[in-house]
Amino acid sequence: MPPAPEPCARDGPHGVVIRAEPTSVRAALRSILAAPPVSEIAPRHRQTVELVLAEVLNNVAEHAYAPATGHVAIFLMRFSGGLVCEVIDNGAPMPNGTAPAGRLPEFDLSGGDLPEGGFGWYLIRSLACEITYRRQRGTNRLGFTIPLGPPVPQASDP
Amino acid sequence: MQLQTRTQSTVTTVTVLDARIDAATAIQFKERMREITAGGEGRVVLDLTQVQFLDSSGLGAIVAVKKLLGPERMLDLCGLTPTVEKVFRLTRMDTVFTIHPTLDAAIEDAASA
Repeated sequence: MPPAPEPCARDGPHGVVIRAEPTSVRAALRSILAAPPVSEIAPRHRQTVELVLAEVLNNVAEHAYAPATGHVAIFLMRFSGGLVCEVIDNGAPMPNGTAPAGRLPEFDLSGGDLPEGGFGWYLIRSLACEITYRRQRGTNRLGFTIPLGPPVPQASDP
Repeated sequence: MQLQTRTQSTVTTVTVLDARIDAATAIQFKERMREITAGGEGRVVLDLTQVQFLDSSGLGAIVAVKKLLGPERMLDLCGLTPTVEKVFRLTRMDTVFTIHPTLDAAIEDAASA
């Protein structure tokens, strides 16, 4: 058994800045998924990364900036146990200054009063961990980790 | 949003030809479904075989379509790909819809109803 990998970054953070609106988010997700570090992650985990980032970025577009728009920066760093993400925007702060609890909306199986929204933060909290939120000088900083299991060794690794 | 519609006796099948139902297309999807199903009756089967990605906006739009069909018309789903299935399972919306593995299974079930 080789020793467990050090819990340190495999390389520096990868960052992109995009406009916070749905079609830009879609295009950004495509390029984030196609490039390291996300392209090196197993496909089933890549789908989780895509879903969590989609929810976080669409929240910035729909809540922090709407009805206007603005920019959002995404930084990703692959650690041995997961993908550490930081999302930064200059929109409105989170309500009550905290990241939402993300409870599953209540519904009744008869189908009359089904929820059409409120799933976003539930999905984020189901799939990511170590969620931190800070509001500093007009900037929102949301940090989270998407657990991925051990990294697949790269051909260039010693 | 590309949707392909087919009506067989009392079953309307709508196949989503886009690979995604997300925040960029959710409203369009809901409006197209409203147009397609307006004035009709009988079961609607939504074929998601080609949909590789669904976010909470897309999920909300599918729930909205179920609600606009009302209690008398069923909205069944079929062909959930792994990511789409995961979103339905995590949000427990898989308990709200009848989900068939394939379009053929969905049509067979509707015919025997």
